[in-house]
Amino acid sequence: MTASPLSSTSVERSGTTVSDSDPYLVVEDLSVEFPTPDGPLRAVNGVSYSVSLGKTLGIVGESGSGKSVSSMAVLGLHDPQRSKVAGSIRVGGQEIVGLAEPAMRKLRGNTVSMIFQDALAALHPFYRVGVQLAEAYMVHHPDASKRDARRRAIEMLDRVGIPQPDSRVDDYPHQFSGGMRQRAMIAMGLINDPSLLIADEPTTALDVTVQAQILDLLQDLQREFNSAIVIITHDLGVIAEMADDVLVMYAGRAVEYGTTKQLLTRPAMPYTWGLLSSVPDVQADTDARLIPIPGNPPSLLDPPTGCSFNPRCAHRDKVPGDLCRTTLPELLPVVPGAAHLKRCHLADPEAVYLGEVLPEIAPDLVEEA
Amino acid sequence: MLAYIIKRLLAGVVVIILVSMAIFALFWYGPSSPARPICLQETSQRCTPERLAQYEEQMGYNNGIVKEYGKYVSGIFTGREMEIGSTTIECDAPCLGFSHRSRGLIWDEMIQRLPATISLALGGAALYLIIGIPVGVAAARRRGTLGDKTLVTTFLFISSVPYYLLALLAWLYFTLIWDVPILGSSGYTPLLENPWAWFTGLLLPWLCLGFWGSTQYTRYTRGAMVETLGEDYIRTAKAKGLTPNKVVYRHGLRSALVPVVTIFGIDLGLLLAGTLFTERIFEIQGIGLWGLRGVYALDLPVVSATALFTAIIMVSCNLVVDIVYSALDPRVRLS
Repeated sequence: MTASPLSSTSVERSGTTVSDSDPYLVVEDLSVEFPTPDGPLRAVNGVSYSVSLGKTLGIVGESGSGKSVSSMAVLGLHDPQRSKVAGSIRVGGQEIVGLAEPAMRKLRGNTVSMIFQDALAALHPFYRVGVQLAEAYMVHHPDASKRDARRRAIEMLDRVGIPQPDSRVDDYPHQFSGGMRQRAMIAMGLINDPSLLIADEPTTALDVTVQAQILDLLQDLQREFNSAIVIITHDLGVIAEMADDVLVMYAGRAVEYGTTKQLLTRPAMPYTWGLLSSVPDVQADTDARLIPIPGNPPSLLDPPTGCSFNPRCAHRDKVPGDLCRTTLPELLPVVPGAAHLKRCHLADPEAVYLGEVLPEIAPDLVEEA
Repeated sequence: MLAYIIKRLLAGVVVIILVSMAIFALFWYGPSSPARPICLQETSQRCTPERLAQYEEQMGYNNGIVKEYGKYVSGIFTGREMEIGSTTIECDAPCLGFSHRSRGLIWDEMIQRLPATISLALGGAALYLIIGIPVGVAAARRRGTLGDKTLVTTFLFISSVPYYLLALLAWLYFTLIWDVPILGSSGYTPLLENPWAWFTGLLLPWLCLGFWGSTQYTRYTRGAMVETLGEDYIRTAKAKGLTPNKVVYRHGLRSALVPVVTIFGIDLGLLLAGTLFTERIFEIQGIGLWGLRGVYALDLPVVSATALFTAIIMVSCNLVVDIVYSALDPRVRLS
């Protein structure tokens, strides 16, 4: 995204939602482990979050941070023979960790559905778009006739803004443009009116104008169907646009969790600062360099001791007693009683952020803040 | 599409013409005089150089290759008369000459042997797919498990046994030593004459051919399936709530079959061109055995007819594969 997440207009949407009274999706202490020849790989480690109907949670993180893996667990898509899922995931009050496969299939694509990134790869190249949509409808409406399913497919294609849906329904995915494919993917995800929609980087492979259209579409559809949305992205622009709450993940753990406004205006964890600094600013000088986060994400097979982020953290020396290298910080409220959680040893992250980080990444905002 | 097929057909005709020229030239310039077998036969093995020269003259080998090739080609379309010694052979179109060994017309002999070869080839090829694909899919679904490894190792072992050895052992045990009912009686009976005898006579050859050949289809299918099952659209299919069988067969196998079909087309062509070992071991009078005997006897018209037949079959199979390919994968448009 080109818009700076720090510009004041982009955070208007965020209200106060973390720990709503009656969330639709509740994930508690979720862990996902894959056995590998080099020992178990913990892709997700004790992650908790919740989303209410009509609200959007954004999950942010680098590749390999566990954001997709945790969401696939919500659909029960991990092969039980190749993975171990622990913790609790409740969808509309129903526990789905350990749920039998046939019962899980009733949820999948029905009350919980997922749209994937790169719709060209995620749609079957050999079947017509309409056939794939109709198939998704018929799995959960066994009494529907093929004609009903086709009508429903055309209706959904129309709803997501595909022109001439009654002829495009017979196209193959490769005959669609990138944006249309992603729309078709969304239509497929929404064909059974799901209460929970998981969007895994829905705009990654698209150009910027199409990205904006797709995000608008998702928001329209959310208003219309009042579904809960989990949007997975590494793009803070998408977060600023879409999310009510944000969960930042690093090396399989939640490292910061709060409302979008809290997170974008008062980020409390050096990793989140790093993400914010690496967003390009359209208003900045074109010669201005991006500020990347130094280093690489850690190996999940051999995670660093202490805080997972410590080898890349510029602020670890501010914590006395080498605590960052020895002790894993807990996910705790930024200030006692707050809903905004951070996993960091820094005693007063706000002071560090306002004093050192913000002047460097957005000097024009220092006064406002 | 139609333009593409016509273009490919024309290209195929060119290939076949070139093959026929190459075969003709090979025999013409080969080390042994093509007239020798006839000469030996006519003179009861006392073929003197003078007699040989006489036959060469009569058969037109002194006329130059271009003229004789022209006669050969015009014979295919209009028929011709051929002389050996004092007899004249009436060879109607399509005339491919006469067998120097049996004196029968090539076309008639070939047509007579074709049903056996086609029966054998189609049955064997069907078994390639009937055994190979399900086993490959089963292995791919269990990839990495003990079951998968056992299947892969077993099939690798079977395909490492030379085919002629496998077929010979099968014949030896099932027919000669144990004389198993139904399996034990191999040989070719025309289908219309006695369907049951046709079936039992071909059963063991089919099984040998199909079982041995299916091992590579197991490998192809398994490899293609493992790759396909890792695709994003398989995850999409699962996320729709489809049953595992629908995911594997409707979404997985559908894509995995494309490379398998390509190889199958070529293999079917090879089988139709004659299965030498199978026909030889089980005494099935098909094209392969006929061609083999032709080679032994230096019966050049027979050898060139089989070579031409092979070329035609392979060209057609390739064309069919391309058409089927475009039907299977909508992204492929023939042009």
